[in-house]
Amino acid sequence: MKRVALVGMPNTGKSTLFNRLTGAQAKVGNWPGITVDLYSAKLLLGDEMVQLVDLPGIYDLRGFSEDEQVVTTFLREQSVDAVLVVLNASQLERQMQLFAQLAQFGIPLVLVLNMADEAAALGITVERETLAGWLGVPVCLVSAKRGQGMEQLRSQIVHALRAPAQALSPDDALIEAALKATVHVPAQASHKLTERIDRVLLDPWLGLPLFFGVMFLLFEAVFWIGTPLQTALADGFSALRAAALDPALAFAPPVVSGFLLDGVYNGLTTVASFVPLIILFFLAMAIVEDTGYLSRAAFLIDALMARFGLDGRSFVMILMGFGCNVPALMGTRVMRSRGLRLLTMLVIPFSLCSARLQVFLFFIAALFPPRTAPLVLFSLYLMSIGAAMLTALIFKRRFENSDPFVLEIPPYRFPTLRQVVLRGWHEVGHFLRRATRFIVAGVVLVWLLTNFPASAAPGSVETWAGHLGAWLNPVLSPLGIDPKLTIALIFGFVAKEIVIGSLAVIYAREGGALVSAIAHDVTWVQAYSFMLFTLIYTPCLSTIATIRSEGRNAAFSVLAVAWPLTLAWLVSFAFYQAATYF
Amino acid sequence: MSAPSPHTLAALHPGDRATILALDAGQALRHRLAALGLRTGRTVSLIRRARFGGPFHVRVGTTDLMIRIPDARRVQVRKA
Repeated sequence: MKRVALVGMPNTGKSTLFNRLTGAQAKVGNWPGITVDLYSAKLLLGDEMVQLVDLPGIYDLRGFSEDEQVVTTFLREQSVDAVLVVLNASQLERQMQLFAQLAQFGIPLVLVLNMADEAAALGITVERETLAGWLGVPVCLVSAKRGQGMEQLRSQIVHALRAPAQALSPDDALIEAALKATVHVPAQASHKLTERIDRVLLDPWLGLPLFFGVMFLLFEAVFWIGTPLQTALADGFSALRAAALDPALAFAPPVVSGFLLDGVYNGLTTVASFVPLIILFFLAMAIVEDTGYLSRAAFLIDALMARFGLDGRSFVMILMGFGCNVPALMGTRVMRSRGLRLLTMLVIPFSLCSARLQVFLFFIAALFPPRTAPLVLFSLYLMSIGAAMLTALIFKRRFENSDPFVLEIPPYRFPTLRQVVLRGWHEVGHFLRRATRFIVAGVVLVWLLTNFPASAAPGSVETWAGHLGAWLNPVLSPLGIDPKLTIALIFGFVAKEIVIGSLAVIYAREGGALVSAIAHDVTWVQAYSFMLFTLIYTPCLSTIATIRSEGRNAAFSVLAVAWPLTLAWLVSFAFYQAATYF
Repeated sequence: MSAPSPHTLAALHPGDRATILALDAGQALRHRLAALGLRTGRTVSLIRRARFGGPFHVRVGTTDLMIRIPDARRVQVRKA
């Protein structure tokens, strides 16, 4: 099968083009000698199947960043039959150098000028066929976002694969002459609407308050829409169990039905009922990112971040971490300074990710009235940022930053529904694939620990889990965390997704019954202390695995586990002791 | 040709336009700046500065960038 690679600078809509060509069926895979996972998909072009691989966005092929090495290694060592060079049609003057560098690999190239709609709106015209003649390669003008020019692109790829053309060795002078002859940029090519919006959103006084306001409203909206959906789904799963599963397993031995229903089903459904919320969260994140607002956030907050030894990009990664810490940790690869990168990686796991959000939404709904619930959640987000900043302050001298801070500010864009939904679909799919492994193993483990030895009453202190909780009690009781909650924390180490599932097993209840059992058992002070500990104590196993593989330093991995654990204990201790004293 | 005045990008005010004379940077940084459009001979304009000594918002051609003050000091310019 022929193989086609997508290469381009960041912010050229490369991933949108990939999604447009392949639909929603892309797969993540790893390649020999390549340190990162790459999206790839098979598609029918002409009358043959072609594998399309999305390579990381890069500025340059002469540098030494990890992403640049990934692209270089891939193009050298995998057999690649054609490269689609994706450039922003309105920024050719600076992006064409990537084309020149790629031509040196001797692989047939197709030049894809994306965001043609935006270029046209700026009054920029490109004489496509003349440019193709100058460069000796096919040139396509497309808008991946709107699906324009895709038929032409497909046929050009087919053509390039059948009759490979070699780019005329393009040097700077040739490219400059070619652009001068074929690309016409009006003297005043600027995004008028973007300028008007930026005058407000980047206002010296209004900018930061507006930013925090936007973030607050976003979380309010996710909470307000998500919670009723979550309740409805949880009730649906309980009804299904009562109506169908309980009768179906009535004749099975108690160990079997207990394992299947109290273990697997209870755990899985409790977690599954949170899916609407996670989808909403990722949709909101996708909108903020795809509109271009996220880079404005980096601009507004950079002065503050620099003081903490971080930069605006660290802040963006920390924000990404609010969805899931794992991709945020992988995103730190854009940072060239190792010190900055490690410091950012140390800080990201404090971001209140969607898995921890499940735990908090559950406890907040159980123990706080609806009026204060959003405020409690917001306070946890503030704590999350506070823990991150404190950590950065303490460790910034150990991890010095020498990276330049020069980033693009893209014009505001209106993301299409398709774009946002596809993004959400990919993220949720990724999340569920990663979570499901942990959930099944974790919840079954909890069921085993809480139901054996067979002589003990399920979930009682005589079970293995009870022994474990009792053993840790001297350390955790000063935080108001009782043995049952301790067991939940132990499993939260594996994945936060199974915390509520494990509580369902420990209390042998689910849905509304679990909520009232916990509300009866635990005071709000204990619950808040538990949430603080859950927020800070340790990232999930996948986060630790990512820190290990990205940081490639055993001592750093140990620090990334030990420090949050210490901080969690101190913060929960201080809160619980103070709250019970006053 | 007038002699280049000793300005850097960091000394510009919002609304100023200037021509890039030289990049006082190592090879890696120069490559990155070039990829983002900051090259000798190009015209750069300063749009705004973030508060509290934050980054500059500059425009080169059709690309908007943010650049921190220490990095902006490496870009020598002549005010237009």
